Amino acid sequence: MNDLLIKLGELFSPIADFAKDGNWKMLIMWAIGGVLIYLAIKKQMEPTLLLPIGFGAILMNFPGVVKVVCLGETSHVLSTSFLFPEEYAGKLCPECGALLTTEYSGIAEPLHELYNAGIANELFPLLLFIGIGAMIDFGPLLNNPKLMIFGAAAQFGIFFTLCMASVFFPEIKDAASISIIGAADGPTSIVVANKLGSNYVGAITVAAYSYMALVPIIQPPVIKALTTKNERRIRMSYTQRSVSKTTKILFPIIISVIACIFAPGAGSLIGFLMFGNLIRECGVLDSLSETAQKVLANLITIFLGITIAFNMSAGQFLNGDTLLIMGLGLVAFIVDTAGGVLFAKLYNLVMKLLKKPLINPMIGAAGISAFPMSGRIVHKMALEEDNQNFLLMHSIGVNVSGQIASVIAGALILGFFS
Amino acid sequence: MYFEPMEFVNKLSYMGVGMLGVFIIVGIIIAATYGIGYFTDKFIKKD
Repeated sequence: MNDLLIKLGELFSPIADFAKDGNWKMLIMWAIGGVLIYLAIKKQMEPTLLLPIGFGAILMNFPGVVKVVCLGETSHVLSTSFLFPEEYAGKLCPECGALLTTEYSGIAEPLHELYNAGIANELFPLLLFIGIGAMIDFGPLLNNPKLMIFGAAAQFGIFFTLCMASVFFPEIKDAASISIIGAADGPTSIVVANKLGSNYVGAITVAAYSYMALVPIIQPPVIKALTTKNERRIRMSYTQRSVSKTTKILFPIIISVIACIFAPGAGSLIGFLMFGNLIRECGVLDSLSETAQKVLANLITIFLGITIAFNMSAGQFLNGDTLLIMGLGLVAFIVDTAGGVLFAKLYNLVMKLLKKPLINPMIGAAGISAFPMSGRIVHKMALEEDNQNFLLMHSIGVNVSGQIASVIAGALILGFFS
Repeated sequence: MYFEPMEFVNKLSYMGVGMLGVFIIVGIIIAATYGIGYFTDKFIKKD
């Protein structure tokens, strides 16, 4: 009977741990998880990612999910997840001086395996890029290739944030990883942060995906602040030039070759993106293209979302640095948008001197990689100003070029600091 | 808390070189894209 009572007591021991000092942070993580789930379901903000991340964030914050174990002769558990074991892992045991290690149980065990199998080696983001490549129609860009220059300009936020982040983070690998939130591209953020060995992969990924979801809220005020009503009403003619199938097939191949030569760091990301696009455009792999766009992308997204939550235990996530990263991520998105719009205005100044047609400067803001939200927002804003001003093809053209330019910027960051 | 405002100025060179790098590579891609269009149009006309 006594044994049974002891066993029953052990069953409830995690609840006793819950009352220990500092464990209130665990409840905050549950609240954060709840907010992410709310935003995903109620506000439909990037639900495919925010929902699994939010759910995973709740599951990762339970007693005993992550333990710090002393590897000394008398192997003993030093702390549970309620005591923020990440602060101890890799250090020496204060009791016997032996090395400490982290052990995972419950949800953390499979998530740890998934993390090593899919995120630590960048497999999930790369596979997701095949699906994204299969979804993208580069037609609007091939119709007017010079639009790509605005995709380049909108990467300004990345490098500005690099300077800003280095003010607050002593390790340049962390500052560089944080700056890549400005790529507005989850897979690129994960790959760069992992390759640079940043300590903040979880916070960076959550910031990148959260702000991508918030693009409809972040971009319009910045665009309006930097443009006049007349500028927002500028109409752009669109001449549909027939783009041959050969061009569409050669484009992904040649872009991959150029990226591998001039920005080798982008080889894997661009290669997988363009591989997906080649499957789409070749015309003989329709079933593969459909699978990449739907089944592959959905499967990877499911695993990616919940696996990201592996980095969301309270000890790892809930600190001042995370708040700072969220703030810097917001700066990156704002400066990206501003960079694109201001570059478009500069372009217009030159065009005015040359007496050539002007462009609507709002399309510069679509140069961030958040595809296709950013392109759609610019189109919607143009219609709000003038219900006959259709910018969709131009803004989507700039938006897909932002996808390529953000990967190139990521590769340059890797080249600088890896 | 680490706070070094001068690091912003120290890292400006990365901003300049980074943006220049992005524009150069994107410029090459634009040129290549025009090139692809030009040659495939010619090729298709010949057919």
